[in-house]
Amino acid sequence: MTSLWLGPGLLGTAELLHLTTHFMMLSLLAVGGAITTAPDMQRFVVREQAWLSDAQFTASVALAQAAPGPNVLFVAVIGFNVAGLAGVLATLVGTLVPSTTLALTASRWADRNRSSRALRAFTVGLAPVTIGLLLSTTWILLEPTRPQWTTAALVAATLVVMLRTRISPLWPIAGGAAAGMAGWV
Amino acid sequence: MAEPLPPARPRSPGVLFTAFTALALKGFGGVLPVAQRTLVDDKRWMTREQFLELLSISQVLPGPNIINMALIFGDRCHGWRGAAAALAGLLCAPLVLVLTLAALAQGLRGQPLVADALRGMGVVAAGLVLSTAVRLAGSLRASPLGLPACVVLVLATAAAVGWWRWPLAIVVLGLGAAATAMAWRRVGP
Repeated sequence: MTSLWLGPGLLGTAELLHLTTHFMMLSLLAVGGAITTAPDMQRFVVREQAWLSDAQFTASVALAQAAPGPNVLFVAVIGFNVAGLAGVLATLVGTLVPSTTLALTASRWADRNRSSRALRAFTVGLAPVTIGLLLSTTWILLEPTRPQWTTAALVAATLVVMLRTRISPLWPIAGGAAAGMAGWV
Repeated sequence: MAEPLPPARPRSPGVLFTAFTALALKGFGGVLPVAQRTLVDDKRWMTREQFLELLSISQVLPGPNIINMALIFGDRCHGWRGAAAALAGLLCAPLVLVLTLAALAQGLRGQPLVADALRGMGVVAAGLVLSTAVRLAGSLRASPLGLPACVVLVLATAAAVGWWRWPLAIVVLGLGAAATAMAWRRVGP
């Protein structure tokens, strides 16, 4: 029986702590935003611990994108699906505490040293790494639907709509829901 | 065009909280564009240049850009109370909303139609992430690293994390350090 506080009830305190510390580590590596760490969240939550299926993982991210607010909230949905509200606390605290602490302490330094060579080298060097991480996130999110050619068509259609028009992403997401219900993907 | 007004300041942490709650709830698929419209055009709490400066600092730091931006802006206005107010505004209402959705979806998981809809939404979610990657990739043409080195770095990162499933820490610290070292020589003193 699924409870609100602990979700499916698979995780004990030690496992919740493990979830928190893993997300804390990822928080400091999230150089291009939290979504760039999604492949490693999937590796940990789906492959290593088997707390979620591929389909549940992707659905968690999709659900968060369909709702308003910062995209980082997909980690809360992952936490909720793993272990209810306790899981939300684990993933959200893990994701936010290290990076917010660092942001508050480092912003003044970065502010004063924006022209420093080290900071410029860091920004230039990490740009291609960030894009590579976004490509792998795309790949991982397609894990449940990848073999079908219709999946590639829907991804391509989303890409065209997002790059060529200025409509809200809510519309392609609604289109995706319709395509799924029609059995196309 | 009239002269740009001198930027005002939010009067209290409470004002920050309300403003960030409102802009978070307007942001579907990303809050950053809404933040620019609200903070720069509507509230006039900062100029366009100040916004871009804040964004570039937020991008360098790890963590979600919009979260870092809210923290730093809140901190500049009202110290840690401002930072906490802006962050809470950004997260609280959307969190309640998204968890309600998640609980509903969990309750309906047995319904095949819901599973089908979520599967289709997942494909589009992947497409949205890809469109961010494509949009950012345009800036690589101007990178001091040169386009060929950038393409190699993009592909190496994608293959290591997405295909070989190496731990992110190894890839970001390894490839990130190598790329930063390469950039160090190219960007000059």
